[in-house]
Amino acid sequence: MSLPPLPADAIVIGADATDWRDAVRAAGAALANAGIARPGYSDEMIRMIDEHGPYVVIAPGLALAHARPGPEVLKDGLAVATLATPVNFGHPYNDPVSVVLALAVASGDAHIALVAELANIFNDSSAVADLAAATTVEEVQSIMGVTA
Amino acid sequence: MKIVAICGAGIGSSGILKVNAERVLGRLGIEADVTAAHLASLKSDAAGAQVILTSPEFVDAIGKTNADVIVVENYFDTAELTRKLEAALG
Repeated sequence: MSLPPLPADAIVIGADATDWRDAVRAAGAALANAGIARPGYSDEMIRMIDEHGPYVVIAPGLALAHARPGPEVLKDGLAVATLATPVNFGHPYNDPVSVVLALAVASGDAHIALVAELANIFNDSSAVADLAAATTVEEVQSIMGVTA
Repeated sequence: MKIVAICGAGIGSSGILKVNAERVLGRLGIEADVTAAHLASLKSDAAGAQVILTSPEFVDAIGKTNADVIVVENYFDTAELTRKLEAALG
């Protein structure tokens, strides 16, 4: 399985974020723009981090923001936000974050194939830096191995 | 052998840990059943687990357990996972 489509609406390049909440909201807004989740999903992703800490920063420079499947999720999908200025999430090893992926899945069962594909992309340690340096939507899509 | 990957939601980050742990274990020739779970279902999902994979944030919440708790720094660094799984299982 490949990733779900990553339309231009689901990509934000050089978002201005002053803190991690802003950064998560930028990626959440992209999910909403692309019709993947409702706007309220941003608050759910933020609540996960408030509740459990910055564990979503799963690799140096990369946050995988997500919440549980629920009514705010319209379909499986992913958004990418790169930040004009990296922000700290308070993670012990992987700050600062320059790329935020927002993941929405409609059911718990379906997501493993999707994250397996994310692992294929990001097990290449240059992917985060390449995304952070991307200046066009097409470059981001190419790094993610998808088209719109 | 049973291995559980824990995150806050049971999707996303624990899923990535599951996928990469399976790849590493396959390369090491170790047969294991790897489950992605979240904190709320930890008690049932982690029953009988030999290893729990997680982030530093969840170590306190996981609390006392008979399993080896492996703290993963970079979820995409299969070399780190290999090293830590080998140390726990070797």
